[in-house]
Amino acid sequence: MRYALRVWRQESAEVAGRFVRYEVDGISADTSFLEMMDALNESLAERGEDPIAFDSDCREGICGMCSMMIDGQAHGPATGATTCQLYMRRFEDGAEITVEPWRARPFPVLRDLVVDRSALDRILQSGGYIAVHSGPKPDPNAMPIEPETAEQALDAAACIGCGACVAACPNGAAMLFTAAKISHLGLLPQGQAQRYERAREMVATMESEGFGSCRNYGECEAACPKEIGIQFIGRMNRDFLRASLGMPRARRGKMGAQ
Amino acid sequence: MQLDSKAPEAPIEEMWTTHREHLRLVGPHNRPKYRILVVGTGLAGASAAASLGAMGYPVECFCFQDSPRRAHSIAAQGGINAAKDYRNDGDSVYRLFYDTQKGGDFRAREANVYRLAELSAEIIDQAVAQGVPFAREYGGLLANRSFGGVLVERTFYCRGETGQQLLLGACSALAREISAGSVRMHTRTELLDVVVVDGRARGIVVRDLVSGRIQSFAGDAVVLATGGYSNVFYLSTNAKGCNVTATWRAHKRGAAFANPCFSQIHPTCIPISGEHQSKLTLMSESLRNDGRIWVPKTPGDSRAPNDIPEDDRYYYLEERYPRFGNLVPRDVASRNATDVCDGGRGVGPGGRGVYLDFRDAISEHGAATIESRYENLFEMYERITGENPWKTPMRIYPAPHYAMGGLWVDYDLMTTLPGLFAVGEANFSDHGANRLGASSLMQCLADGYFILPVTIGDYLSRHPAGDVDTDHAAFADVELEVRTRIETLLGIQGDRTAHSLHGELGRLMWNHCGISRNAGGLQEGIAGISELREAFWSRLRVTGNGRQLNQALEHAGRLADFLEFAELMCLDALERDESCGCHFREEDQTSEGEALRDDAHFAHVAAWEYTGGTPERPEPPRLHKEPLDFHALPLAQRNYKT
Repeated sequence: MRYALRVWRQESAEVAGRFVRYEVDGISADTSFLEMMDALNESLAERGEDPIAFDSDCREGICGMCSMMIDGQAHGPATGATTCQLYMRRFEDGAEITVEPWRARPFPVLRDLVVDRSALDRILQSGGYIAVHSGPKPDPNAMPIEPETAEQALDAAACIGCGACVAACPNGAAMLFTAAKISHLGLLPQGQAQRYERAREMVATMESEGFGSCRNYGECEAACPKEIGIQFIGRMNRDFLRASLGMPRARRGKMGAQ
Repeated sequence: MQLDSKAPEAPIEEMWTTHREHLRLVGPHNRPKYRILVVGTGLAGASAAASLGAMGYPVECFCFQDSPRRAHSIAAQGGINAAKDYRNDGDSVYRLFYDTQKGGDFRAREANVYRLAELSAEIIDQAVAQGVPFAREYGGLLANRSFGGVLVERTFYCRGETGQQLLLGACSALAREISAGSVRMHTRTELLDVVVVDGRARGIVVRDLVSGRIQSFAGDAVVLATGGYSNVFYLSTNAKGCNVTATWRAHKRGAAFANPCFSQIHPTCIPISGEHQSKLTLMSESLRNDGRIWVPKTPGDSRAPNDIPEDDRYYYLEERYPRFGNLVPRDVASRNATDVCDGGRGVGPGGRGVYLDFRDAISEHGAATIESRYENLFEMYERITGENPWKTPMRIYPAPHYAMGGLWVDYDLMTTLPGLFAVGEANFSDHGANRLGASSLMQCLADGYFILPVTIGDYLSRHPAGDVDTDHAAFADVELEVRTRIETLLGIQGDRTAHSLHGELGRLMWNHCGISRNAGGLQEGIAGISELREAFWSRLRVTGNGRQLNQALEHAGRLADFLEFAELMCLDALERDESCGCHFREEDQTSEGEALRDDAHFAHVAAWEYTGGTPERPEPPRLHKEPLDFHALPLAQRNYKT
């Protein structure tokens, strides 16, 4: 099969980008979208042109590295799938396909389709953990967890941090990403000690990184390759609200006093 | 080069405890003076960096991905083993040790394997405390499943995403240390060389993959957690970025490379569909718990699988290995699949595939049970192949998956280059000639959470802190070498891309150093690699420059190292004239076609020393042998038949 591609080319963060049109031919239906891009890059390299830079690593939908806006949809037309899990059988022979990077202010373009998503990591670093050191711990079966709770936590924990939710949101909000992490830890008994502090800190970082706010468009849920539901945003908002209703902060830090 | 395993003199049950108790320590007030460089953020690297940071060591941590959480450990599906004996089915530390050692076909260091089994239970405790949502039973207690090569249920899991959840746990601990300032994280940064000063690893030279800037980092110890080399086959289940560069560069600076020919081919992958294929997708081996593997009895039978009646199906694993059936170890399953396909019974494109059929499991346990176990795997299969596994059997075929070989390390996980440590898949330590399912996550985390953080202190305590920085002349020398190499790669300006040359290397390795090997084929492979290396250095074309994000340049640099490493892999396979685990030499088999080990001549670790030369014409490496002892578990023939 053959396709016409309109691909966003941008040399670096400092210069302006533009769409460039390419043709690819000889692509079978069982080829993945990224393999089609590989084939295009091979033909560009053979002509001495710079290949299109794009992120990908595991190519099985779990690392969260790949990130393409395909015909205006984050990760393209397949639901519950990353770009690397998209196969050309989804596109008709001869189709014209537009490929862009994630578009959001906190995700500057580094080159072509590669963006800087480190803002998501900074949200995690501000509280997306349960503070434990490495070393002996109590036997986990001493603390039974209802399977339903464990399942819900796992639903939230399935987030791969790809940023599709941000790219899909008209406001560029990272609510679904942040809510998924907060809910994963906040649902579990192990995560209770820092539950409200975590919500407060992570939401604060999310806002300071320049992500937009939620207007209930629901685009994030539709674009999420792991099909994480927006009910977690409601849960985050409740935790955040409760955290904001005044917790004694002054006491923190005194535990370590000599 | 001396290989001193430093395995403690003590009964095996007491070795680790005794050793730990006698290790020298670095006190809390002195730890901030020792800088540690950790390269790689998979399970081993992230857990090591987080643990060391929490202890108070300043850590510089590096990964080539845009976030530490993307390292390829994330793709591990099935589970993690631990000798908890929650199922009361006779499991114990000794049993896990026994299974691992037997599964590895007695080519691992006993002391390390026992320690791994001993630490396994603690890993689960650690992960749960971090919030890893393992599967639970109705009573809220942890659930278990069974895995290939064992007769107990000791595998803990999170749906088919166990690696992801464990890595998120380790990376959350890492995130905490990053925010605390104890770990400085360098993403999109690739190691290009190791710096040695006075015989000790004292730093690394890296390239910022966005700006192209070459930069040095000095430290008191360097930890490589850079994974395995299965991408030497081009098509493998590894992520596209997985590479041998860090371990190979370390090898060229003095670290011995052990057992490079031990490379695992995983039996349950989705078969190759076409010429543009860029990687192979693994499906968890847990599928073999319920799926039955078969091929048509008659070669060339072209009927649709559902039209083939029971009597015309050949359930070859169940017939050949009645006791373990479809749950034989990976190497046995892979070899048998290739064997039936070579015999013309293979199915799908090119006849390279066998059926994995859930029909009987669905009718026995009900669709709901099977769905709860494998829903995501079924979806994944359908997405990739366009076929519905509920209606028609899956097709599977073996694919390169895991490297048991790696940098040689002693009991303290230190390589033969003092100050250079290797953890996780990057070292050779625990899996012998074949790794059992659900054991890699266990090993990575045992290394990173529990072993390295204490053993590294013993090394550090014997040396003054922070006495070398990047102003030392050795750094300038290595930086110059790195820059020159990049300029060379960019300057060839030939007509071949790294992509196409890598594909060629992969086919060469698969054909000559893949599932089954023989002396003639390996020699052909070595000759082919040498030609390919010449083609690389004379015909490579990399567009763009080195001062920008340039993925073609990254690929070329990695391929250059694969092209050198591949030869060592073939050489090791040639030297090891026996069949053991995943290493099957056609010359060494029983009359029934089973692997024939040669304990009299090959019960050793083959550790190769680099001896110099140019990239085009390397000098022959020098072989050192670490003899293996079998005190706790006497040598026995691996038998999965009765």
